[in-house]
Amino acid sequence: MPKDSGIGASSKRREDVRFLTGAGNYTDDINAHGQAHVYFLRSDIAHGRINSINTSAAEAMPGVVKVFTGKDFEGVGGMPCGWEVTDRHGAPMQEPPHPILAQGKVRHVGDPIAAVVADSLEQARDAAEAIEVDLDELPAVLDMKAAAQEGATLVHDDLKNNICYDWHLGEEDNDKINGIFANAAHVTTLDLVNNRLVANPMEPRVALAEYSRGTDEYTLYTTSQNPHVIRLLMCAFVLGLPEHKVRVVAPDVGGGFGTKIFHYAEEAFCTFAAKACNRPVKWTSSRSEAFMSDAQGRDHVSTIELALDADNNFIALRTNTYANLGAYLSTFSSSVPTWLHGTLMAGNYKTPVIQVNVKAMFTNTVPVDAYRGAGRPEATYQLERVIDKAARELGVDPIALRRQNFVTQFPYDTPVALTYDTGDYHGTMDKLEAAADIAGFAARRTESEAKGKLRGLGINCYIEACGIAPSNIVGMLGARAGLYDAATVRVNATGSISVMVGAHSHGQGHETAFPQVVADMIGIDESMVEIVHGDTSKIPFGMGTYGSRSLAVCGSAMVRATEKVIDKAKKIAAHLLEASEADIELKDGQFSVAGTDKSVAWGDVTLTAYVPHNFPLEVEPGLEETAFYDPANFTYPAGAYACEVEVDPETGKVSIEAFTAADDFGNIINPMIVDGQVHGGIGQGIGQALLENCAYDENGQLLSASFMDYAMPRADDVPFYGVDHSSQTPCTHNPLGVKGCGEAGAIGSPPAVVNAVLDALNSGGKAIDHIDMPVSPSRVWTAMNS
Amino acid sequence: MTQVSMTVNGKSVSGDVEGRTLLSSFLRDHLSLTGTHVGCDTAQCGACVVHVNGEAVKSCNMLALEADGADVGTIEGQAAEDGTLNVIQQAFQDHHGLQCGFCTPGMVMSAAALLKDKPRPSEAEIRKYLEGNLCRCTGYHNIVKAIMAASGQDVSSIAAE
Amino acid sequence: MYNFEFEKPSTIADAVAALGAEDAQALGGGQTLIPTLKQRLASPSALVSLSGIAEMIGVCVEDDGSVAIGGATPHAVVAREAASSYPALAALAGQIGDPAVRNRGTIGGSVANNDPAACYPAGVLGSGATIVTNTREIAADDFFEGMFSTALEEGEIITQVRFPVPQAACYEKFLQPASRFALVGVYVARFADGVRVAVTGASEDGVFRWSEAEAALSKEFRADALMDLKINPMNMIGDLHGSKEYRAHLVSVMTKRAVSACL
Repeated sequence: MPKDSGIGASSKRREDVRFLTGAGNYTDDINAHGQAHVYFLRSDIAHGRINSINTSAAEAMPGVVKVFTGKDFEGVGGMPCGWEVTDRHGAPMQEPPHPILAQGKVRHVGDPIAAVVADSLEQARDAAEAIEVDLDELPAVLDMKAAAQEGATLVHDDLKNNICYDWHLGEEDNDKINGIFANAAHVTTLDLVNNRLVANPMEPRVALAEYSRGTDEYTLYTTSQNPHVIRLLMCAFVLGLPEHKVRVVAPDVGGGFGTKIFHYAEEAFCTFAAKACNRPVKWTSSRSEAFMSDAQGRDHVSTIELALDADNNFIALRTNTYANLGAYLSTFSSSVPTWLHGTLMAGNYKTPVIQVNVKAMFTNTVPVDAYRGAGRPEATYQLERVIDKAARELGVDPIALRRQNFVTQFPYDTPVALTYDTGDYHGTMDKLEAAADIAGFAARRTESEAKGKLRGLGINCYIEACGIAPSNIVGMLGARAGLYDAATVRVNATGSISVMVGAHSHGQGHETAFPQVVADMIGIDESMVEIVHGDTSKIPFGMGTYGSRSLAVCGSAMVRATEKVIDKAKKIAAHLLEASEADIELKDGQFSVAGTDKSVAWGDVTLTAYVPHNFPLEVEPGLEETAFYDPANFTYPAGAYACEVEVDPETGKVSIEAFTAADDFGNIINPMIVDGQVHGGIGQGIGQALLENCAYDENGQLLSASFMDYAMPRADDVPFYGVDHSSQTPCTHNPLGVKGCGEAGAIGSPPAVVNAVLDALNSGGKAIDHIDMPVSPSRVWTAMNS
Repeated sequence: MTQVSMTVNGKSVSGDVEGRTLLSSFLRDHLSLTGTHVGCDTAQCGACVVHVNGEAVKSCNMLALEADGADVGTIEGQAAEDGTLNVIQQAFQDHHGLQCGFCTPGMVMSAAALLKDKPRPSEAEIRKYLEGNLCRCTGYHNIVKAIMAASGQDVSSIAAE
Repeated sequence: MYNFEFEKPSTIADAVAALGAEDAQALGGGQTLIPTLKQRLASPSALVSLSGIAEMIGVCVEDDGSVAIGGATPHAVVAREAASSYPALAALAGQIGDPAVRNRGTIGGSVANNDPAACYPAGVLGSGATIVTNTREIAADDFFEGMFSTALEEGEIITQVRFPVPQAACYEKFLQPASRFALVGVYVARFADGVRVAVTGASEDGVFRWSEAEAALSKEFRADALMDLKINPMNMIGDLHGSKEYRAHLVSVMTKRAVSACL
């Protein structure tokens, strides 16, 4: 029987009311009195040397407040990178400066050269057109393998080459792994591209900064997944401002998917300019601008090799990847192809020897950073595609091959630095086989064939490392931040509760799900608990929302703080009930003395906390507690996905006929929300597999620079999805036993789709090993006819 | 500047606008009706969909002056005076048809236009009709389900919520 | 956008007069023009809206059986009102863009813009329609002059497009997945005196008639008649969404499907 409130209930989302009535408060909905607008003049070439910038005509244009160039920012820092990766020889990565406005060179189409602040956006844009920029165009560095060659044009003149780092994880003995491959019964090799994507949350980025001369205080409203991180980076590394004078607010945010984690130049610019102009300064990105200024995702070129013994056991795995970082290091970019990617190469399998090699490259493209899944989709895609290819080569059932190699004993130490605490991969696969009616596939294929269509079934398994992350471990790995989170539980006198959380909700439904936890712990109605987030002036601290971490990390902090509150409330209750604290039990909002009928209600205790007339002298009045939670390990959600496609052999068009996901997220707070997260992830994964393609031409011009050319799934591109979350092995190291669900769909679905397409094509008699994503009709048709 | 007058959510409004002022910016900037969102500049995303004389249009792709004298409906006018959600809004909440909420006003306005013309659309008809509305959060599952539910169809057999 | 004056005349004569001003430009539904203006790719001094000219809006059947559509008629109106008089054209109109775009975009605007991937040019050319302007009548065969180029003179307004109604017709559109324009769209129309086949989305020269297919189909109107015909990929568009060869192939497939649907 489904619960109707508390943990495990599909409580309806309370935030929906404002979103459904047009009462949301997104950053662009906020306007400051007297605000000016900024327009960024951006490079229209991929690579060039700036000889001169003449702004005098622009400064004289109507409405212009001030024109800024790179010179104005020589005295402040550049955009920082939050993770220093160490290369295979122990040397730190090459870390070039990333100025707020270009200095000396432009390095990608969209690199900001100058900024005009004016009374209106149109006036700012008019004036930007009057700025004279003398640029010498340089050859664009685009192909990663060519960029790695000696003598290649340098994206950053002061670096020794275009390789940010050459990184390694896993087996260090090359002779040993070469020997395994040489003696293996079977080796499957696959070259593949993980296509570059644009996250494209529906809300474009916006920043609005205010400055008060009277108090020397700044307020920045910004579209961020983590306002405290923005404040920290901007104050400490970029502008050199004291944090207590800077308030960062991320109000309602219209989707993030990773691309709103990062600290962007426009945020620092508006904050700086608000003081320089002594006026609020607002920037609203157009969608066209977003395509050249939002950090992009994925873009790996890999070769993966899998060695199997004569019994089809996986005995070794080796991958070589070129990872595109774009022109500059975005906030977490360096961690994505390394610690968020290499560590996942074991997947769900007990492969004993694994070696991961990654060259991370600078190119004249928009910076690349975390996008939903961040490294884990790239790992899963490689692994699950090569397994599928091996199964086809060996003529074995792809599910059986996976099952045979599953990890079954937990905890499990992988050869690539992780310890899986818990999981049940066979159990999850059982759920998938039932939910997706794998047994009925043959009949469905026959039906499709009768219509002249090729039908394919694609299977995929995934594991993620979520809930990032233990600060001491990530610190050793190069992270320049801790990855704990924080919550304050403030109980009001009448018993209602405000919970200030460091996690930010921009679609995840925290405002509904988090209160379910607190209310459940105390035994009060969910409506008595309110979540406050997104404002550095209101919440203690927070590292924000990404990496499927909100509930596992911030939720754990909230649980800890609530436990502290309950402990204190029990002291008060014990005093009121004239009993020993050890005998006090809390259930359904009543404190009672064990074994008696004496009790006092939650509200009476909370009132006493604030009206402490009859109160234990050794206890402080008030009822408010804060907890910081630093996880002991990652969490390891895992799942098995099945996709069924039909391919039109005449046009190559792929249609998704069925998609089923079986996930193990551990315990679940709100099943409705969890299912929704998976639906959305699957949608984006199908997008990557079939539609999305961020492509540059040979000059570094973005070919897919608007929604006219960057294809994302529409309602008629996808079916209803089947989801099954009944496979549950609770996380062993956080108080809720939760694992995280935000990225699973995007990680698990692309290989399932591509595997299904290849299954369909091979069923039609075509021996086709691989088609790169997006598996567009044109690519399918070309593969079928070459 | 030219004066433009129209009825928005049943109220007469007017303002001085430039030739280039878009209907979306008249609603957002002049009338502070910020429920209408702008998510792209090529008329693809549909976050800005409003009703003009009863028909769905992309308000970021229509000049405010083109709506002179028109009857305009926005998301702010969908719920009852007392705040009660209309049947579509309620179905979106009941079936988790929204996450970040940014595309939601356009989705609701498009759904309303669809159901006016076709009170019980099939799943395929709903999916087809929504081709001008992008959502990046939901994978569309619960949006389609919500619209089916709003049109009185039994959605209990559709996979999980 | 650069600023401009806005005018909304209620008669064709007033519109023509307004368009006489230097750099004045006609505004149909604006579904392509407004995005273009947002990118500051055009800077008209004035936009002259045609949406207030009542005589340019609507669908009617002429005495000779042809279907006349006012130049300012939105796609949604054509999809609805031509459904019985010219169902294939109505179906084409119902596939343009999306519902909200169809409520604003107009046939005159689409035809005058002649986007190489737009749907209407295929329907107009495939039907052998007549483009009626404020000054003259232009046969479709003389109207489309290549990508974004037409026989229209400066300031000339499409007041009506008149379609002879074929015995059978069908438009088959293969979507470009992002823009929802045609990656390839083929309009096949079978008249008593022959078959017309017009192709959009495929060629760098914009909409064109596939004369070899027309000849073959005029002899024998069935999909198999196209078996041995191939389009030369040379002049096809090759881009992110499909190679030249793929587009050439799609032209054949869409043509066959359109023919089959007519039967």
